Amino acid sequence: MTASLPQRWQFRQPSVIPGFGLALGVTLSWLILIILIPLSGLAWRSSALGWSTFWTLATDQRTLNALKISFGTAFVAALANVVFGVLLAWVLVRYRFFGRRVIDAMVDLPFALPTAVAGIALTTLYAPNGWIGSLLTPLGIKVAFTPVGIVFALIFVGLPFVVRTVQPIMEEIDREVEEAAATLGASRFQTVSRVLLPGLAPAVLTGFALAFARGVGEYGSVIFIAGNLPYVSEIAPLLIVIRLEEFNYPAATAIAAVMLILSFVMLLVINSIQAWSRRRYGYGT
Amino acid sequence: MAHDALAPASGNTSEMVRSATSESRLARYGLIALSLAFVGLFLVMPLAIVFTEALRNGPGRFYEALADPETWAAIRLTLLVAAIAVPLNLVFGIAAAWAIAKFEFKGKAFLTTLIDLPFSVSPVISGLVFVLLFGSHSLLGPWLSSHGIKVLFAVPGIVLATVFVTFPFVARELIPLMQEQGTSDEEAALSLGASGWQTFWYVTLPNIKWGLLYGVLLCNARAMGEFGAVSVVSGHIRGMTNTMPLQVEILYNEYNFVGAFAVATLLALLALVTLVIKSLLEFKFSAQIAAARKH
Repeated sequence: MTASLPQRWQFRQPSVIPGFGLALGVTLSWLILIILIPLSGLAWRSSALGWSTFWTLATDQRTLNALKISFGTAFVAALANVVFGVLLAWVLVRYRFFGRRVIDAMVDLPFALPTAVAGIALTTLYAPNGWIGSLLTPLGIKVAFTPVGIVFALIFVGLPFVVRTVQPIMEEIDREVEEAAATLGASRFQTVSRVLLPGLAPAVLTGFALAFARGVGEYGSVIFIAGNLPYVSEIAPLLIVIRLEEFNYPAATAIAAVMLILSFVMLLVINSIQAWSRRRYGYGT
Repeated sequence: MAHDALAPASGNTSEMVRSATSESRLARYGLIALSLAFVGLFLVMPLAIVFTEALRNGPGRFYEALADPETWAAIRLTLLVAAIAVPLNLVFGIAAAWAIAKFEFKGKAFLTTLIDLPFSVSPVISGLVFVLLFGSHSLLGPWLSSHGIKVLFAVPGIVLATVFVTFPFVARELIPLMQEQGTSDEEAALSLGASGWQTFWYVTLPNIKWGLLYGVLLCNARAMGEFGAVSVVSGHIRGMTNTMPLQVEILYNEYNFVGAFAVATLLALLALVTLVIKSLLEFKFSAQIAAARKH
């Protein structure tokens, strides 16, 4: 055992590949110019409000309700997406059936379809005289222009996040694990629910977090179907737009800052749960 | 892609083995039916209704709605914004992927997180930050207006907001792909006397072209379809600063449903083309794309 020489701190490991300075320079300047300066402007403007003003603006009843609706509907929609997303991923990975490839391609539709188009399409479907709405209205179920409509729009928007994070991990599951469970006398249902699904927990949580984060901030697909009734079905991003149209910049800034802080905290919590469950169950990584 | 070994009920498998590692026929068909119903209800029907609503009063009214000069102005503006924003983020994406995938340096994970930042920011907030930066109440606002430069409620603001929102797309697609490919090809080219640019053009670019194309497609779809961020910075000036998604909103709110859905069909077709090319790429180059998908 020879004591290694004290290593000089170095920013990057030596490499023969050229262009590091240029590539990193372009990356950093673009990042600072387009992302960091504008975002720090928001931080600066909200800190310039002063703590008491900020608190008054952030705890305004209409703001609180809008935040509750945004985070609440996004949470419910992300839960629904976990159920349907895992189901879809399972069916796409495990079964071969006619039209599988088409379904697989369709899953990405919410990524590619502009949110405003999704918004007017869903509203037309679920409006009381729409294809689906006209079937639900006699049953007393109202979807469009209620918080339920917001959840439906967010399910549409968030679905691919769960499917596309779970699917590749599911493809990697080692068949031997299932065979072992079967030889030990587990029924198929037990094998799936107690052996396979717990291992997917980190991927499912990631998908949940992505769908949730997207849902909290979603605007285009929601505003058409929501009805936008203050205190009832008004989402936080819409309230920001309303405050901006009133030239009430402090209020808009405060709501935006609260949204960013809350999303950041939630992602942090989910990240640590994910790290824990990856140690506990995780496949591969 | 195809894990044929996973396909249940292949002819020569004994009944015992099949029932142990796959679901019963009833459960299988039940699950498939449930997913088909979900996809039909949540994905196919919204897409179908765009086209049926647009053609509801016949193709004549549909073409009439598209021939509207304000709609044409919106289409031109959308194409212009995408033509500026996508190449900018393409250059950035390649540079970022080159730095992150080909080198080991301190703070790499942090840099990757920063690049993903726009994904976790609400589109409305993405627009708001530019209003705060360039608006009349901001530090820059008075200086800009005294020099006759309009950023907000004009094309530059729309381009900035679009660039912000589509920032991560190309980089995110390329980084995992280039990490997977490693640096040995480039090292070989360099040791044979190629210059840095030659190595990039003749070695790296051919290796990443399909992933790059897919990243550009996604970036473009989002750039043309962005609504929230653009809506905040555009000011909704008809025929001037309305992009196609904003035109959809305006027509819809005026109860001109045929017009709104006619513009929406163009955006839906864009989405469909994106999906079809993506599926073709995946089909032909499944290994490369699958590598890119493992984030």
